[in-house]
Amino acid sequence: MFYREAGDFKTSYRDDSQTFPIKFDRFRYYAVLLVALAIVPFFIDSYWANALLVPFLIYAIAAIGLNILTGYCGQVSLGTGGFMAVGAYACYKLMTAFPDVNIVLHIIAAGGITAAVGVLFGLPSLRIKGFYLAVATLAAQFFLIWLFNKVPWFYNYSASGQISAPERTVFGIAVTGPHTEAWAKYLVCLLFVAVLAWVARNLTRGSIGRSWMAIRDMDIAAEIIGVNPLKAKLTAFAVSSFYIGIAGALFFAVYLGAVEVGEAFGIQKSFLILFMIIIGGLGSIFGSFAGAAFLVLLPVLLKNVLVGTLGWPTDLAAHIELMIVGALIIVFLIAEPHGIAQLWRIAKEKLRLWPFPH
Amino acid sequence: MKLKLASAAIGALLAASPALADLVFPDLSYRTGPFAAGGIPFSDGYQDYFTLVNERDGGIGGVKARVIECETAYNTEKGVECYEATKGEGALIYQPLSTGITYQLIPKVSADKIPLHTMGYGRTSATNGRVFEWVFNYPANYWDAASVAINYLLDENGGSLEGKKIALLYHNSAYGKEPIPTLEALAAKHGYSLSLLPVDSPGQEQKSQWLQIRRERPDVVLMWGWGVMNQVAVQEAANIRFPMENFIGNWWAGAEHDVTPAGMAANGYKSLNMNRIADFPVFEDIRTHVHGKGLAAGDGSNVGKVLYTRGMYAAMLAVEAAKKAQEIHGTANITAAMMRDGMEALEMTSEMMEALGAPGIGPEFSVSCEAHGGSGMGIVQQWNAAEGRWIALTDYIAPDQDVIAPLVEQDSMAYASENNLSLRCE
Repeated sequence: MFYREAGDFKTSYRDDSQTFPIKFDRFRYYAVLLVALAIVPFFIDSYWANALLVPFLIYAIAAIGLNILTGYCGQVSLGTGGFMAVGAYACYKLMTAFPDVNIVLHIIAAGGITAAVGVLFGLPSLRIKGFYLAVATLAAQFFLIWLFNKVPWFYNYSASGQISAPERTVFGIAVTGPHTEAWAKYLVCLLFVAVLAWVARNLTRGSIGRSWMAIRDMDIAAEIIGVNPLKAKLTAFAVSSFYIGIAGALFFAVYLGAVEVGEAFGIQKSFLILFMIIIGGLGSIFGSFAGAAFLVLLPVLLKNVLVGTLGWPTDLAAHIELMIVGALIIVFLIAEPHGIAQLWRIAKEKLRLWPFPH
Repeated sequence: MKLKLASAAIGALLAASPALADLVFPDLSYRTGPFAAGGIPFSDGYQDYFTLVNERDGGIGGVKARVIECETAYNTEKGVECYEATKGEGALIYQPLSTGITYQLIPKVSADKIPLHTMGYGRTSATNGRVFEWVFNYPANYWDAASVAINYLLDENGGSLEGKKIALLYHNSAYGKEPIPTLEALAAKHGYSLSLLPVDSPGQEQKSQWLQIRRERPDVVLMWGWGVMNQVAVQEAANIRFPMENFIGNWWAGAEHDVTPAGMAANGYKSLNMNRIADFPVFEDIRTHVHGKGLAAGDGSNVGKVLYTRGMYAAMLAVEAAKKAQEIHGTANITAAMMRDGMEALEMTSEMMEALGAPGIGPEFSVSCEAHGGSGMGIVQQWNAAEGRWIALTDYIAPDQDVIAPLVEQDSMAYASENNLSLRCE
């Protein structure tokens, strides 16, 4: 009833291969964009922005980034936290060195620097794969965190080793620093997410994305049919790190405003983002969003229900929350090993025929 | 059903009904995670004192205090969430008990105009009230602690540390790095050599650091540790038979739970403290009015412990500042801005502490517009494993302000110029 194709005629190849071929889906997508861009900013308060939506959007970027590398190109990475740290520190150094340049450019440049670092650490992927590559990227994680802790130049020689974002503006509106309005924070992150997700979607269904997927599915076969593994793997590392670097820069500059490298970008962050894409769905842009939502919004929601509504002690609620999230992860993975994205796909298939499946 | 659940969830998220009649004191506590051992007693003491004031005195100036607890797990992201969730309730003061969250909150509270009190932690240079309008760190800070430890060692060694080797074992975070500039400046002044041994968070893995200590044989090991790191360090020191009397923790590395796991081997371990521990009369009141009525925070087993006492002391200072604010502004329903005025006019005398049932719990100090840091004094205490209690070795030792003041000036001015702040109190 909902996802009906009847009457929805495609008269060109272009129409046929669009991202949302079903009319209902397409309008739902436009509606989500419209609500997110034109309605939410007018109603958002600082709790919704700082505690829920901004972290969700930033984690979604990081998850898309990791999904490009792991989900589409098949290269397992545990270095996500370290690459986010590169983005954050690059953004910090640029922000403080060139205070007059627009912060958006700094964030994009931070993504570029992270891409370069990512390619460097991606070089071993040309020789090793699977678990061994995971260990190599784990080394990157620990090395980068150690580096940012050890070399005072990165944190401008501050006494505490923390980096904190000074106020920077876009068109005269503060987007970093303590005086930032909730809607400004939200809109900056939303615009980055919207553009990056759109680019990622189009990259992954173009020739470059197909070469990634060929490498993922069977690297030797891909090489035989003419996919250059060096180019495919290194571009995957570059694009993925670019996304993760932007996520790190936004995480530091827009969301938290001050970070401590070991705490904010430690190994737990790498695992968190890896779990997001596993639960959301490997090789799916929607899955990146779903996974980020699951692991960012659900704990906050549970906490508010258990402590705020039911009035449980905070420590009990914190422990129960871990158990509930853990149990849900297991349930999801047993019910659908391909993640929430696959559940969504199946639901859509069913809805196409509903209510007359035969 | 889905819609119902969703609307119930949205409702739960938005369920923030501000009751304006109370004085709100958020407690960003952590009862889970690797730092819970320190977070639990502190939070218990903090909450119990407010309950005591409500039950015994009928509130602060007749207005009930309301504590909103929010679990941070010592994690900055959760800390931000807690801050955003509680600030709309009319929060008067934040005490996050985490240097990482403090750095996060300093710009935020300055923009939202809510005072932040970081007692013996946080950003040291916030003691300069000319730059940091909304941040207070009385009665003492990390640089005071470093200097107190060195002054104690000077005293022990006949006034000279020439040629001594001191190692600093620290939590590799903003917290642990704070004392380094002071210890380096003092090393230049007193001629000892300083070696730095960072321990990565949470601090369960310290084998290589203690191997290095074994090799270098420092005369004294200072420790800036917290949570699980302290217990492991004390155990490791016992394992290499490092003389415990030469191992000195700061005031966050000197609670009962830090030393008890090592048993008798921990005997003689020293630490700093910014408050005294004794069987204060106020504990009797807490047992009667709070625990007796079943209103205890946590399981009620922590009364009188080091960190419980410190949490209670933190609440005591907050209540005194609130009373001061009520007195200044002539109203019982104070706002966060009025609370700040109260904190800036706070004066703790020994008569006041005696009247509160906690004689000599802290040093006498007064806060002013310029000085938000108190006296900076601390004591040195030693663990007696046989009796299972801390014994104070010294009276309050004053820090070396000649060294600290220029460092504070330099760091706070850097912050002021970074953030384009104009100086206050001129």
